[in-house]
Amino acid sequence: MTPAIELRDVTKVYRRFGAKHFATLKSALLQRSILRDLGPTETLQALSHVSFEVAPGRTFGVIGRNGSGKSTALKLVAGITKPTSGTVSVRGRISALIELGAGFHPEISGRENVFINGIMLGLTKREITRRFDEIVEFAELTDFIDAPVKSYSSGMYMRLGFAVAIHVDPDVLLVDEVLAVGDEGFTHKCLDKFSEFRRRGKTIMLVTHSLGVVERFCDEALWIDAGRIRAQGDPKRVVNAYLTSVEETEERELAVTTAKAVASVAGKPGTKADEGRGASAAGRVPEAIRAAPTTAELERETKDMFQAVEGRWGSRQVEIAEVTLLDGNGQSSFVFHSGDPLSVQLKIIAHIEATDFVFGVSLFNAEGVCCYGTNTFIEQMDPETLTGESTVTFAVDSLELVEGTYKLDVAVHTCDGAPYDYHRLLYTFRVKSRTPDVGIYRPRHHWTFSPNVRFKNGGNGS
Amino acid sequence: MLHNLANLVRYRGLIQSLVGRELKARYRGSILGFVWSFVNPLLLLAIYTFVFTTILPNRMPDVQPYALFMLCGILPWTWFSASLTDASGSLIAGGNLIKKVLFPAEVLPIVSVLANMVHFLLGLLVAILFLVIYQKPPDLWDLGWFPVAVVVQLVFTSGLALILAALTVHFRDLRDILANVLTFWFFATPIIYPWNMPGIVEYKTLFDLNPFTHLAITYQEILFYQGPIGHWRWLLALGVGSVGTFLAGYWLFDRLRDSFAEVV
Repeated sequence: MTPAIELRDVTKVYRRFGAKHFATLKSALLQRSILRDLGPTETLQALSHVSFEVAPGRTFGVIGRNGSGKSTALKLVAGITKPTSGTVSVRGRISALIELGAGFHPEISGRENVFINGIMLGLTKREITRRFDEIVEFAELTDFIDAPVKSYSSGMYMRLGFAVAIHVDPDVLLVDEVLAVGDEGFTHKCLDKFSEFRRRGKTIMLVTHSLGVVERFCDEALWIDAGRIRAQGDPKRVVNAYLTSVEETEERELAVTTAKAVASVAGKPGTKADEGRGASAAGRVPEAIRAAPTTAELERETKDMFQAVEGRWGSRQVEIAEVTLLDGNGQSSFVFHSGDPLSVQLKIIAHIEATDFVFGVSLFNAEGVCCYGTNTFIEQMDPETLTGESTVTFAVDSLELVEGTYKLDVAVHTCDGAPYDYHRLLYTFRVKSRTPDVGIYRPRHHWTFSPNVRFKNGGNGS
Repeated sequence: MLHNLANLVRYRGLIQSLVGRELKARYRGSILGFVWSFVNPLLLLAIYTFVFTTILPNRMPDVQPYALFMLCGILPWTWFSASLTDASGSLIAGGNLIKKVLFPAEVLPIVSVLANMVHFLLGLLVAILFLVIYQKPPDLWDLGWFPVAVVVQLVFTSGLALILAALTVHFRDLRDILANVLTFWFFATPIIYPWNMPGIVEYKTLFDLNPFTHLAITYQEILFYQGPIGHWRWLLALGVGSVGTFLAGYWLFDRLRDSFAEVV
C-alpha cells in the first residue's frame, strides 16, 4: 500500500539571520552583497535525516520535547516549508490545524470568514455553501455568525477555525497541539471528530504533548528528539521510552540542583549556627523539652520553619557527610513513582564519642508544607553510643505521595535539640504519578461499589 | 516557476474572495463606506485644483478644464502608488497565513493591486461625472484603448508589487524608501502638468524613460484630449516591458519564496 505521508531522508535547516540581515538596502547595494546578505549567517538543524511513512487510515502521533522538531516535521508535511534536502510526499487533500483561524480577518463577519477561510483551505464556494450550516452548528456560533470576528471570544474564534478546517474533509489531517487550547467540552468534541475521521479511514498526524491522547488515539507514535527519530512504533512503548528519557533528564537536573544546594552551604560550618535553635523539623518535642525558650526565639523559630530557606548549620561534632536517595533497587535516584520504595541514606561521621544523638528526617512539598517528619527520639529510640563512620538509612516501603517536587530535611542533633549537623531543604526529589490526584499524601485506598454502580472500564481506573 | 505561474490561475477563486474581503474590511465600520472611494479622489482633486487655478494659476489653454485634465492622471496614479504601498507590506501583514497555512504567498501582493484597481474603477465614475459636467464626450474609438491601458498598468504594477513584496520581507527599509520614491515619481510624471509643456521638452528623453509617463499620457489622450491616440506605440512597447517586469518579479518572488515563512 502506498503510504499517505512519506518523508525520505529529510533534513531541514533553519537559517538564522544575524545582525547583518538588518543592514540597510543601501549598504547592500553599495557592496553588491544583496544575495549574500539574504543568505544565512547561522544555521540551525531542526530535522536531520528523518524518514518515516504513515500508511493511509492510520493515526500517527508525534511526541518530543519543545524545540525537538515536531512542528517542523508537521509543517513540512503540510507543505508550509520545504525540506532543505530529502523528499516529502503526501497523497490526498491536506488540512492542517496548525493555528486555528489563522486566516481570519477581524473586521468582517464570521460568515464571510468561513467562506474565505474555506477557500484558502482549498474548498470551492459551492462546497462551503453546502457545508456551511454544519460548520456553524459545530462551532456553536449560530447566533453570532454575522457578527465581525473581532467581537468573538478566543474560544469562539478557535471553535470556528476548527470547524472550518475539519469540514474541509481532508484525506490527511495534520494537527498541532490544538487540543491544548480549548475548554474541556471543546477538547472532547475535537477528539470525537478525530474518532469519526478514523472510522472513515482518514489519515491523521498529531503533534502533541498530551501523551495520554497519543496512547489512547494513535495507532503509531514517533518520538523526535533534537531533530532525530528516537523511537517509532507502538504508542505505549514509544511513550514509555519518552517518559523514561524525560525522567533521566529530570534526574540529571535534580542531581545538579541538589549538588548546587549542598555546595552552596558546604565548608561553612556554623552558618546560622545559633545553639539550640535547630531541632529537626519533627523535633517539636525536643523543643518543648528545652528550658523555657524566649518568645523572640520561638517566633524566629516559627518564622524559619515557614521560610523555606536552604541551609546547613550545627556544631559538626557529628557530621552528615553524605545524603543519598535510593530507589527500590538500591540505585541512587531523584525521580520516584508514587508507591515506589524510597530510602534516605545518611553517611554519618562522629568526631566525638556521642551519647546524646537523634536522627531526624522530614519531607516538604513545593509549597513548603511539611508532609511528614519524624526522628529517632520521637520514635522512642534511646541513644547509647555513636562513634566513627556509620550509615543510617531511613526507608519508606511505599512512597504514598502525590505527584510533585519534594525537599528533604535531614538532621542529627541532641535530645534537647542542639544541632550537630542540620541540612535544611538541601535535597530535592520528584514524585511522578499516573493518577493526577491532589493533596499532600495519598492514603492507600480502594473503592468499592454496589453492583448497580457501573463504570465503562470496569472501575479499574488507570 | 512556470508551474507556479499556472497555479496563479487556479487561485483565482481565492484571489477573488480576498479582494472582496479587502474591500469590505477597508470600509467596514466607517459611516460613508464605499462613498470614500469617490470622496478621496474628489478631495485630492479639489486641493490640486485650488492650488493650480487660484494660487499658482496656469494659463495654458490646452489643459482647460484643469480639474478634468488632472483627474485623468491622478486616478491611475493613485491606483499605482497605493498598490505598491500596500503590496510592499502585504507579506508582513499576512505573516500568519504564510507561516501557519499552506498558502500561495504571491496571492497577497496581487490582491493588493486588484483591490486598488477596484477603487480606481469606482473612481472612474467621478471622471465620467466630470466629463458630463464639462460636456467633453471622449471619442468612442479612443475608448477602445482604455482597457488596453488598464491591462498594461495591471501587469506592470503587479510585477513591481511582487518585487517589492518579496524584498520588503528582507529589507524593511524598503517601505520608507518606497514612500519617498513614489512622491518623487509623482512629480516626475506629467500628471499635474501636461507633457508638452515648454519647460520639459528638453528633458523629453528622461520623461520617456519613466514608464508611468506613457500610461498617464495615454489616459489623458483617451479621456481629455480630442483627436486620435498618438501614443499607442509607446503603450504597446510598455505592454511588452510590463510582461517582462511581471516575469522578472515573479521569478524573484519565486526564488525568495521559501524564505518568507522563516523570515516574516
